[in-house]
Amino acid sequence: MPLGSSGTSRIDPRGPRFAASLTTVVLALALVTSSGALLAAQGVVFALGAVLGLRFSPYGFLFRRLVRPRLGPPTELEDERPPRFAQAVGLAFALVGTVGYLSGALWVGVAATALALAAAFLNAVFGYCLGCEVYLLAVRSRARLS
Amino acid sequence: MSELTGLLVLAVVLAAATAFGLVRAARDGRMRRAKPGAALRLTGADLGEPLGGQATLVQFSTDFCANCPGTRRLLGEVAADRPGVRLVEIDAEERLDLVRRADVMRTPTVLVLDRHGRVARRSAGAPSRSEVLAALELVSAS
Repeated sequence: MPLGSSGTSRIDPRGPRFAASLTTVVLALALVTSSGALLAAQGVVFALGAVLGLRFSPYGFLFRRLVRPRLGPPTELEDERPPRFAQAVGLAFALVGTVGYLSGALWVGVAATALALAAAFLNAVFGYCLGCEVYLLAVRSRARLS
Repeated sequence: MSELTGLLVLAVVLAAATAFGLVRAARDGRMRRAKPGAALRLTGADLGEPLGGQATLVQFSTDFCANCPGTRRLLGEVAADRPGVRLVEIDAEERLDLVRRADVMRTPTVLVLDRHGRVARRSAGAPSRSEVLAALELVSAS
């Protein structure tokens, strides 16, 4: 039962790290300006990466066009599924936060944006994928409920 | 909400995330002694594969685990170098029974079993090569 061997996309691990840095900046701006529109825009970026794949995310595009040509080739490639799953987790928070901001429930917007920001920041600075860590806990609790 | 409040929340979030990241980085992958009183013993039947004659490295993985492939590679190299040491990889999603018994909260989690299948050391997060080698030394000496 080899895991992760079933013909999935393999990507340059520096791409998601770069994307997390941009995400951190955008979410920080959304938090400071209480902007539901900016959070919604970040939500669209999350959705593109989660649903279509990271290469269809605008940040992935910027990485390939602007950043990677300046770096050397990657020393190794990684499975696309963990960072893609993390984009889906980010999307869930962005949706909740956007609804909060736009409906006037400001603190819902702030809380959701703050949590998504913490996750993006941990990924950008420490290379730590919080969304991936949450996966097993989600599976465990789902199995307990069913 | 004023931008000042937003800035304050931003500062708190970044400070908390930095603290969490630093603590996590210091603890991640450290091999720890199994909790006393929570002695766990796994058999070949539990694992679906025979135990190693000297020691067994059990790695819990999921598909959505960024560090699992690197850990698998490291443990595979270590096991290949040492006769009597086997690596068994467990898909955590398929073996929630083992996940519960071993109280696995994160992936990768690595259990170092002695030749009788007793859990001697464990790590949550990707362990370093030296941590794995030290744990194996300890297990083979017992």
